[in-house]
Amino acid sequence: MPIHEKSLIAPDQIMTSDKLVVDGVDVSGHWNTMIKPRYISDYDPDFYKTIQGYGGGENVHRCWQCGSCTNACTMYAINTDFNPRYWIYLVNLGMKDELLKDKDIIWQCVSCNKCTNICPKDVRPEGVMKALQHWLEDEGHTPKSTSTLFDEEFTRQCLERGRIEDTEVIANFFKKSGQDLVALVKNGWLGIMVARMNKWPLLKEGKIGKFLARMPITGPVKMGLMMVFKPRTKSWGNTGEVLRQYVMEQKAKAGTH
Amino acid sequence: MAKVAYYPGCALEGSGGPYDRSTRALVKVLDLEMTNLADWNCCGAMEVKNIHPMLQTYMSARNMAIASEKMGFDTVMAPCNGCYHNLKKAEYECATSPEAMQTVQDLAQKAGDPVYKGDVRTIHLLEWLMEELGPEGVKQRISKSLNGIKIANYYGCMYTRPRQIFPEKDQGPGSESTHKPHFMDDLLAAAGAVNVDFPLKTACCGGAHTLSDSDTSTQLVLNILQAAEEAGAEVIATECPTCHSGLEMHQIRAETQFGIKTRVKILYFTQLLGLALGLSARKLAIHENVSDSLDFLHDKGVI
Repeated sequence: MPIHEKSLIAPDQIMTSDKLVVDGVDVSGHWNTMIKPRYISDYDPDFYKTIQGYGGGENVHRCWQCGSCTNACTMYAINTDFNPRYWIYLVNLGMKDELLKDKDIIWQCVSCNKCTNICPKDVRPEGVMKALQHWLEDEGHTPKSTSTLFDEEFTRQCLERGRIEDTEVIANFFKKSGQDLVALVKNGWLGIMVARMNKWPLLKEGKIGKFLARMPITGPVKMGLMMVFKPRTKSWGNTGEVLRQYVMEQKAKAGTH
Repeated sequence: MAKVAYYPGCALEGSGGPYDRSTRALVKVLDLEMTNLADWNCCGAMEVKNIHPMLQTYMSARNMAIASEKMGFDTVMAPCNGCYHNLKKAEYECATSPEAMQTVQDLAQKAGDPVYKGDVRTIHLLEWLMEELGPEGVKQRISKSLNGIKIANYYGCMYTRPRQIFPEKDQGPGSESTHKPHFMDDLLAAAGAVNVDFPLKTACCGGAHTLSDSDTSTQLVLNILQAAEEAGAEVIATECPTCHSGLEMHQIRAETQFGIKTRVKILYFTQLLGLALGLSARKLAIHENVSDSLDFLHDKGVI
């Protein structure tokens, strides 16, 4: 897939003239696009150090701009504005304003690791995406993404009990991200999924025999019990507290939030 | 025969229940030896590293330390791609970075946990079955052929990427390929299935954002479902609970949100292999999948 770099040229920098002749050659219109030069002075040469302070961003300085990450990227195939190579370029040049133009999509990295897999310089672009996401959120450029809200709830349970419980993660995530879980179960896809999981459509169709043969029992009972008696690592002790402390120390050291 | 510590992980205890049950049934019928990893903790899944990467490294290393220090095992076996990936990643980080190893050991001492020493290897259920059984073993033990069911084998992201953390892969004949994995293909072909030429074996299902960016995940899953159908597959075989749930969930979501219906069935590879080894659909918890494939399997003469 080709890499489009239109964003390098701001639209208002492109010059077109109805009638323009240079040295006897007619260069009117679009056929010989001319671009106004621009001078950038508001860049932060130390920006890459800030990003290195975030988990995953440590190797951002190693990039030599081959573009393999963008070429392999799952999200780029969906949306060509999603361009890890370009964002890494901007980090190393310190062009924050340019980066902020894409602030609302960076969190969408799905961590498929195609970039980290292919990168010849071990930049680990997947980690850089997470570092950028956290920098944007810490600096207040974007609100906490739904992805971060999910990560926080998941990690909270891990640190508290050593294990997570599926339904608690889902319920708390919906609550924290302001989504109506009940409505989604009542008249949305989630309700249809629960119905199909429990084979209720067969019951509605009057196929009682088939329903009884397929009705899940062990799974729902086990999940129900786990909702009440939360799964827990018995030897977890103060491990969660030690880890929480460690993360706080590291973030203080790196000057990140 | 290698003794392994079985690490089911959170997903197999919860929404991936059918994978856990079919794995246990399979291991039992094959007379393989595995012991539950004692009092394990979550590996950190795809979320915890985003709070801080060391959390994932430590939590994964802690499980490996339990295997060696508390149980005397040198191998952990995980059927979940996420668990497998995270333990391999921790193994890699600690082996290649003395600082990471030091931090893991310091944290363990501080928390009073067993200390990881780098002497444990983690393998995926697929790799274990290839070691212990292999396609020839399947052929010898087969009691009911899969009757040429057309299968697209879907391996997902975490089983092969990034290649750096899987040094045992890409080592020529007999080893797994990170570029074009084939272990699942090999086992299921030996069980009588026909593997279709499926180009999206290691494509991403968007599992990391399945609830936080659902529309993207639905789009990515639809790519996989439609490519499988295009390749002539009747079934997608999975080896990861997150991928499996993602395919099931977004197959429904594609239908309700975008009106795009796909018919391909989704089954864990352990369920398919178990059928070939003569286990009942109920023992393999096939009826507890969301994707209802019992009529299809019946029509194919497999059950």
